[in-house]
Amino acid sequence: MDAISLLTVFVLAAFAGYEVISKVSSTLHTPLMSGSNAISGIILVGTIVVAGRAETGPGVALALIGVALAAVNLVGGFVVTDRMLRLFRRPAGRDRKPRS
Amino acid sequence: MSPTWAGLAYLLAAICFIIALKALSSPSTARLGNAIGAVGAVIAVAVVFAVERPDNLGYVLAAIVVGGTVGVLAARRVAMTAMPQMVALFNGVGGAAGAVVALLELAGPDRATPRSQVAVAAFTLLIGAVTFSGSLFTFGKLQELITGRPLVFPGMPVLASVSVLVALVTGVWIALDAPLWTALTLTVVSLGLGPLLVAPVGGADVPIVISLLNAFSGITVAAGGYVLGNTLLIVAGTLVGASGILLTRLMAKAMGRPLTNILFGAFAGGSTLGATTATDRPVRATTADEVAIQLGYASKVIVAPGYGLAVAQAQHALRDLADLLEQRGIDVRYAIHPVAGRMPGHMNVLLAEAEVPYEKLQEMDAINPEFKTTDVVLVVGANDVVNPAARTSPGSPIYGMPILAADEAKSVVFLKRSLRPGFAGIENELLHQPQTRLLFGDAKESLMKLVGAVENL
Repeated sequence: MDAISLLTVFVLAAFAGYEVISKVSSTLHTPLMSGSNAISGIILVGTIVVAGRAETGPGVALALIGVALAAVNLVGGFVVTDRMLRLFRRPAGRDRKPRS
Repeated sequence: MSPTWAGLAYLLAAICFIIALKALSSPSTARLGNAIGAVGAVIAVAVVFAVERPDNLGYVLAAIVVGGTVGVLAARRVAMTAMPQMVALFNGVGGAAGAVVALLELAGPDRATPRSQVAVAAFTLLIGAVTFSGSLFTFGKLQELITGRPLVFPGMPVLASVSVLVALVTGVWIALDAPLWTALTLTVVSLGLGPLLVAPVGGADVPIVISLLNAFSGITVAAGGYVLGNTLLIVAGTLVGASGILLTRLMAKAMGRPLTNILFGAFAGGSTLGATTATDRPVRATTADEVAIQLGYASKVIVAPGYGLAVAQAQHALRDLADLLEQRGIDVRYAIHPVAGRMPGHMNVLLAEAEVPYEKLQEMDAINPEFKTTDVVLVVGANDVVNPAARTSPGSPIYGMPILAADEAKSVVFLKRSLRPGFAGIENELLHQPQTRLLFGDAKESLMKLVGAVENL
């Protein structure tokens, strides 16, 4: 794709992102950060591309390290966000089970 | 897979990510949204395998399994109080992955790419490496492996400036004609720049740094997407960058100081460092029984929690006390300052873990008018966010920071371990005012005593 199209995608995404994120409830700012962090783990796609193209031994090794790091970010990010969001259940009224 | 189908699948994944972020506008939809985001990620990874068909497929899959397992284990085990460290680490590894992509693109054999693309690759390398080393340093600070105080040494501004200059020169050099060693030099210099950026920031300002590094990791991904000509990476990275920048601005606003002052203030000497010695001015100490009477016969109570609450693991005891008071017909609410906790929204997560209903948590602007009609404000593990010096003394390091108007309430009770000043090391005038009482002791023990005392009323 040519440079101008890529730039267009970037600018439009910036506006869309700003609109969507400014509506995020402040209660959920920590999950927003870990969730957006998980999304940035999609760099995994990029590391897989360069791993496929790498030809020298050190190049492949470095690319595989990149793949592993990105996978930590992507998988861990979604799991930890889910764990946090599970805490924000709908208000269950007064029927909270007593703690021992 | 044809490029058209791949492009459509990437578009679908990008839509999933946008839905995931949009769903965060309400706690009731957020969890489903996160799952949709994860589905988007799976689609994208499947597509890249179908398009690229890497020769070393086995190794790539093995690397994903290893990384994914580490990620899941870390995500499952981390305590909610340690979430800021966790996010810092995840930011860091994401940045490192971006830097790896850029470095391999620069070092690769097929270097016929246009100059603009090479320049963006150099930029990706720079910001990815800064994100990596800066995040590791921030992790060290939060984990208290490194001191939380602003770290400045003589010649640091010079060293930082020289590093930036070298990074720029090598970056331009790479764009013009790139021998491998220039890319490696840029990597090393950028890795050095990360800690130089983060070190001068005081512990209390770390929430800003995490937000900023979050933005950096997003920008790394977007720039990496430009280098690879991958629209999904551009969209995803830009979304994350926008989120990080927005949170950074919100945090800076909540601290009442511009970002430049927070990042570079230590160089000018005007940092968040204040007095660190305990004050010997008189305060009024009280007992759990007296506080129980104050609380038990109030009609409206506001709790102002701080990170100290979480450190003492006292969230559950606090919830028990609030339940008891509500059974007595008392209106109990929680006032959440934007910088309570150690990252944006941290206190909300910590209280949610203790099953405090989220509609009882109120933002500073919403709850501040309520303090005038409040009988008791219970300050647990917080200090600076209720310090009137932020409004009244222009010389104070926190002057200008919006605060909870606890001083307007009829009475204030601090649960404190000692008279030691808070994280920012600033004396709190509110402690000495006539309506204020102090209940000394560990927050959890004090709250449990209060629960017992209220039960006996």
